[in-house]
Amino acid sequence: MTDQSGTLTAPAQRPKSGRARGIGPYVRKYGAAGALVLLVVVASLTAENFLEVQNILNVLRQISIVGVLALGMTFVIITAGIDLSVGAMLTVVVVYTANTVQTMGVVPAIAVALVVGAFLGLLNGLGITLGGVQPFVMTLGMMAFAKGIALLYTQGRPIPITNEAFLQFGSGRTLGIPNPALVFLILLIVAWVVLRHSVFGRSVYAVGANEEAARLSGIPVKRVKCAVYVISGVMAGVAGILYASQLGVGTPVAGDGYELDAIAATVVGGTSLFGGLGTVGGTFIGAALLGVLSNLLNLTGVSPYAQNLFSGTLIVAAVMLQRRNSQGR
Amino acid sequence: MTHALVELRGITKQYPGVVALKGVDFDLRAGEVHALAGENGAGKSTLMKVLGGGVAPDAGEIRVGDQLVRLRSPKDALALGISVVHQELVSAPMLSVTENILLGRLPRRGGRVLWAAAHSQARAVLDRLNLDISERTEMSRLSLGQQQLIEIARALVRDTKILVLDEPSAILGQAELEVLYTVVDTLRRQGVGIAYISHRLGEVMSLSDRVTVLKDGVLQDTLLVEDLSEERLVTLMTGRELTAPVRSGIALDAPVLLDVQDLQVKGGRAPINFSVRAGEIVGFAGLVGSGRTEVARAIIGADRAPGRVYIDGDLLNRRNPRSSRRRGLAYLPEDRKDQGLLLHRSIRENIGLASLKTRSRWGLLRSSHDKADTQRHASAVGLKASDLNSNAATLSGGNQQKVMLARWLAASPTVLILDEPTRGIDVGSKSEIYRLMKELTDSGLAVVMISSEIEEILAMSDRVIVMRERRIVAEFAGDEISEEAVTRAAIVSTDQVSPGNPTPETNAPEGLSTIRGVVND
Ligand SMILES: Nc1ncnc2c1ncn2[C@@H]1O[C@H](COP(=O)(O)OP(=O)(O)OP(=O)(O)O)[C@@H](O)[C@H]1O
Ligand SMILES: [Mg+2]
Repeated sequence: MTDQSGTLTAPAQRPKSGRARGIGPYVRKYGAAGALVLLVVVASLTAENFLEVQNILNVLRQISIVGVLALGMTFVIITAGIDLSVGAMLTVVVVYTANTVQTMGVVPAIAVALVVGAFLGLLNGLGITLGGVQPFVMTLGMMAFAKGIALLYTQGRPIPITNEAFLQFGSGRTLGIPNPALVFLILLIVAWVVLRHSVFGRSVYAVGANEEAARLSGIPVKRVKCAVYVISGVMAGVAGILYASQLGVGTPVAGDGYELDAIAATVVGGTSLFGGLGTVGGTFIGAALLGVLSNLLNLTGVSPYAQNLFSGTLIVAAVMLQRRNSQGR
Repeated sequence: MTHALVELRGITKQYPGVVALKGVDFDLRAGEVHALAGENGAGKSTLMKVLGGGVAPDAGEIRVGDQLVRLRSPKDALALGISVVHQELVSAPMLSVTENILLGRLPRRGGRVLWAAAHSQARAVLDRLNLDISERTEMSRLSLGQQQLIEIARALVRDTKILVLDEPSAILGQAELEVLYTVVDTLRRQGVGIAYISHRLGEVMSLSDRVTVLKDGVLQDTLLVEDLSEERLVTLMTGRELTAPVRSGIALDAPVLLDVQDLQVKGGRAPINFSVRAGEIVGFAGLVGSGRTEVARAIIGADRAPGRVYIDGDLLNRRNPRSSRRRGLAYLPEDRKDQGLLLHRSIRENIGLASLKTRSRWGLLRSSHDKADTQRHASAVGLKASDLNSNAATLSGGNQQKVMLARWLAASPTVLILDEPTRGIDVGSKSEIYRLMKELTDSGLAVVMISSEIEEILAMSDRVIVMRERRIVAEFAGDEISEEAVTRAAIVSTDQVSPGNPTPETNAPEGLSTIRGVVND
């Protein structure tokens, strides 16, 4: 065979079937789960007490705060938005909760936490929908703003919590499961039902997948967008309660960096930053993956400073894997 | 016999759940138009994507001239002179017409783009296509039909030996079609080999030299057009014969369901006034860009526009798509890709999108009801899908359009505005959909049907409203409706239109005044 135009006229071989498109959806769906299984196997081989029930429950407790934040983040990112303010909102909630629990008791404290979270989330939502501010910018502003509130409120000093009942909630267990883990698991189920089986959930996906199509089909796009930021705020409220009751102190640096962990868990779990794709189950796996990794590194005595290197690598690897497939979507 | 420019042999392509192509042969000679026909999902687009390097076949070989080639990407195909104008448009909406036409080949000197030269090159092609569009316009401001012609223009500026046109005529009106046919003819005479996909059988018969028919991914036959009749073609495609729908006349005393008064469309010179009765289909004819879509969007409130819209006698306040839909007014947009589909969500979610309320209780979806309802509407429009849980993106173009129709039927509207409803739908399904539209109107639905397909306007409309330059220029009913009259009104300037059709204001149907009376009380 004569070959005149170089690469093009190379003898035709059987092209590889489907250009790796075939496995695409599966990697998106099960890639993170596969990685989690792999990591658990590695962990159980390297750290002998890893698979003990106590350690597993411990991991669940450790991921509960990030996990709860990531649930809210999943809603937001599915609409093709982002919420950078969850860490700072958590901080505000923590300091207000600490103060309220000291002065007024547990129930008012919980109410304050949820209301403050919902209110800050609503501000985000209104700024984005009515104000037309980009989610990145709006929530970046909110991040600074909320942090400012917390600093002003505490004057930079930590507020210790001494209420026994409240602290008991954070360290206690129900049916053998640590309370924070239980709260996370319950919210996980609620979020799953909402996203998967409710009108609102379908609307969230539609808005993220094709906003104009959703609008023309009669979906209240602005209301849906606003609502996901309120959800994210409320989740920051819940996470704030978990934080305050576990650590027993309200400091103005409580939530620093949590937004990144929440985004990481969501994205590693397969939610697309372009919107329209993602599941609560994926987010759980993403949070668990990051949690198990850090647990394993702790058990094997790796320096906490070095741990960031591992989680950073994991995040990029996960997203790269998904990007490769999303080309075959 | 002319030598084949390109030859595809035994092309097979499998997707999860479907075999799109089963050992298909196809060849294209210099200076011929080779039409590809077949039902929705038959594999036409897939075969042409294989030829264009966009899809890698699982098996089979491609020869260009005498060379076996392997097309790893569309770039490889372009380098061999193969240009594909896809069924779904792929232009860059934020760039100018010039940039879109000369995509990747803007004239440059020393890194700087020579804009003057670029614009004049683009102008030349636009003139060749007889397109009255400024080359500096932003692409997103053009209508779909205009964008379609721009995509063809892009293929023209390239050194194209093999041109694939995947349903180029689906959204073009009469006048644009003439342009397209002329271009195709010119290219054919220059020795370009043209593969042409279309569901318009008349066009297939008159334009092509040979016809290849696919059915369910299998090659049925390749025939010279002389050896073929339209009926035979239909039988080859569908395996059966078709009957045309019969429209019964509508009752003159039927209530007016949609009444549009003094609607001011952006850039329009005269207000829009018209009404539609229960059981009536009003066809909106006009050239691409004559403002029909703008009117539809203004009616449902997708774009802000002053004016009054009454549904069944009730004024719609502060119109928006949501409130309109709640009042039973639905709009099926013309651009399924940008305004209609959630491509990466399931077919089920797509069909249910405009009727979530009826599928739920207390905000939670009733899963079995949702499934059954989706299934029912999917089969009503003749959707061919292996699994309703797979993504809308995996459907063929015509089947995607059926998903859109199913979505709006599921919303059970009282007034339905359809913008190019049968774009890309095969003849068999089309007659099913016409039958469905007839059933719906017989049960009291009012339909506004915007269509660039004159046959469709003629066959389906009780009344035809013709738009030109963003205003209503003529209206025909009953026996006045003829291809000649409609086409003339769409092209010729207003004062030359036949005397029976003065300005829209004085031509208002009788029902209007009564409705106005009711509303004003
Ligand atoms: N990316 C994909 N993933 C899965 N299935 C696909 C994909 N692309 C096409 N198919 C399937 O392959 C079959 C052939 O599709 P194709 O687009 O070639 O049809 P077509 O003949 O062009 O139809 P139409 O007239 O509706 O445009 C269909 O069943 C379609 O669902
Ligand atoms: Mg097609």
